[in-house]
Amino acid sequence: MILVLLIVTIIVFLMVRLLPGDPILIYLTQQDLEEITQEQVDIIRHNLGLDRSLFVQYIDWIGNVATGDLGTSIIHRGKVGDDIKRRLPITLHLGGLAFIISIIVGIPMGVIAAVRRGTWLDSVLTSLGNLGITIPVFWLGILLIYAFGLKLDWLPIFGYTSPFKDFWLNTQQIILPVFCLTIPAIASAVRMTRSSMLEVMRQDYIRTAWSKGLRERAVIMRHGLKNGLIPVVTLKGVTLAAIVGGSVLVETVFSIPGMGRLAVEGLNSQDYAVVQGVILVIGTIVLFINLLIDLSYGWLDPRVRFG
Amino acid sequence: MSEKAERSVELIEVSPRVNELRRFLKVFLSRPVVVFGAIVILILLICAAFPEWIAPYDPIKQDLKNVLLQPNSEHLLGTDALGRDLLSRIIFGARTAVMVGVVALGIAAVSGMILGLTAGYFGGITYVIIMRFIDALMAFPVMLLALAIAALLGGGLINVMVAIGIGMMSGYARVMCGQAISVRENDYIMAARSSGASNIRIMFRHVLPNCFPPMIVLMTMMIGMTILFEAGLSFLGIGIKEPTVAWGSLVNDGYKYLLSYPLLSTAPGVAIIVVVYAFNMVGDGVRDAIDPRLRGTL
Repeated sequence: MILVLLIVTIIVFLMVRLLPGDPILIYLTQQDLEEITQEQVDIIRHNLGLDRSLFVQYIDWIGNVATGDLGTSIIHRGKVGDDIKRRLPITLHLGGLAFIISIIVGIPMGVIAAVRRGTWLDSVLTSLGNLGITIPVFWLGILLIYAFGLKLDWLPIFGYTSPFKDFWLNTQQIILPVFCLTIPAIASAVRMTRSSMLEVMRQDYIRTAWSKGLRERAVIMRHGLKNGLIPVVTLKGVTLAAIVGGSVLVETVFSIPGMGRLAVEGLNSQDYAVVQGVILVIGTIVLFINLLIDLSYGWLDPRVRFG
Repeated sequence: MSEKAERSVELIEVSPRVNELRRFLKVFLSRPVVVFGAIVILILLICAAFPEWIAPYDPIKQDLKNVLLQPNSEHLLGTDALGRDLLSRIIFGARTAVMVGVVALGIAAVSGMILGLTAGYFGGITYVIIMRFIDALMAFPVMLLALAIAALLGGGLINVMVAIGIGMMSGYARVMCGQAISVRENDYIMAARSSGASNIRIMFRHVLPNCFPPMIVLMTMMIGMTILFEAGLSFLGIGIKEPTVAWGSLVNDGYKYLLSYPLLSTAPGVAIIVVVYAFNMVGDGVRDAIDPRLRGTL
């Protein structure tokens, strides 16, 4: 875990250092370049610490990161950390909701499809699952804006207001984006749960459970689901990363000032410190949530606890 | 005498392969939705190969007298803000989708396979270093990683392919590594080693071919996703620039005219959905035909 986190920081660090061209050019405007001499460039380079070895630079950078200093934006000269502090809660709000809804809705749907295998209900749920992983979230967002925002005029089509300021407006604003983020997550949960449950329901211990006269509920919930959920839980980590990735698109479509939007803005204005900060923070969060998921195995699967 | 013996060996080898192919096709073609997917992919490939012949208009040539036409008999899907025929642009977009999809997939599969094979085959410290690196890569959402890599490399179609390829390689590395670990323990590997084969030779001649079935399944199942990522990146306007036509950027271009000309942004999206759905269904079909045991694990 610590090792992986370390590699994450190295990847993020190198990502920006490997940029083609002199990193110092990031800090200078075109006008500066024409006016200043080579000596002045060298002084700036020295002040920024860019003349030291890559290793020393990395240690320096990681020390700053550890104290919460993610560098300075070249566009507005503010701290990247402040930008992220403002925007992270928004993405966590939307992404967290989508993640929870996808578990609450997707897993039971997958279980139903598996238990009622071959019926019309299974066909409907499976087709919806296949469709859900196919639809591009940005396109779905545009469609929803057209239908519910422009034609029906039921919901606002862009922006984000803090729920502490205006809870009702906030709820209206996040319905469509959260829906967009949820659809692919639900779909993958349905597909995973269904195939995993089908696998489990074929096992001998399920037949034993049936033949000793347990009720359907007990067979499915206690014996089937608990075993069937293990691979699903693993894949929830991947879903999480997919939701965060999707939020880049959804936040763009709905003009929500979250982390994804921040990364795209940073990219378009070549503000690499911002991009670096966003990627580092998101990578770390995904890692920690995956750690929690790994820990939840112990509860689901005693073989891990005692193994 | 020896020639005859060789020929008979050949005959024995050929027949089970033919059966294998027949069995593959039988399972593959048994579900109508898979056949539908295969037909869609065939049409897509034709569009990607010969868009000039199929598209009724030049996708780049502007016709400022006919801007923003609603669908009519001459322009089946209407025209965009610069008078370009939408249908022709969608047909030309197929080429970008196929190219990025195939090349990015190739980059992801080849690099992932080599890393996974090395890690799984050697084990020990090599395994720890490579797989922890892959774990770290998995912590970044593909979309965000591809975004950052595309920024790093600058625009251009090739860089988008590399970006998506690097973003997606971790899945292949993981599956490949698991496969290599189990194949490594077989007796024929030990036999190869004791007959003096080098590590490289054992890895590529003996381990790799025995790891192929799940890799092929994974690859066919991921094409759709690769095309979705390409669409997402081009929607954000990253990498693919005019005059290259991509479905994602068509959706984005049409977004501005959503209220009066909804078709401009919705029609390219339908193309994405149909194609990705077709690839996903064919992926499922290939998986069931090659190895149904993989159902649920991939």
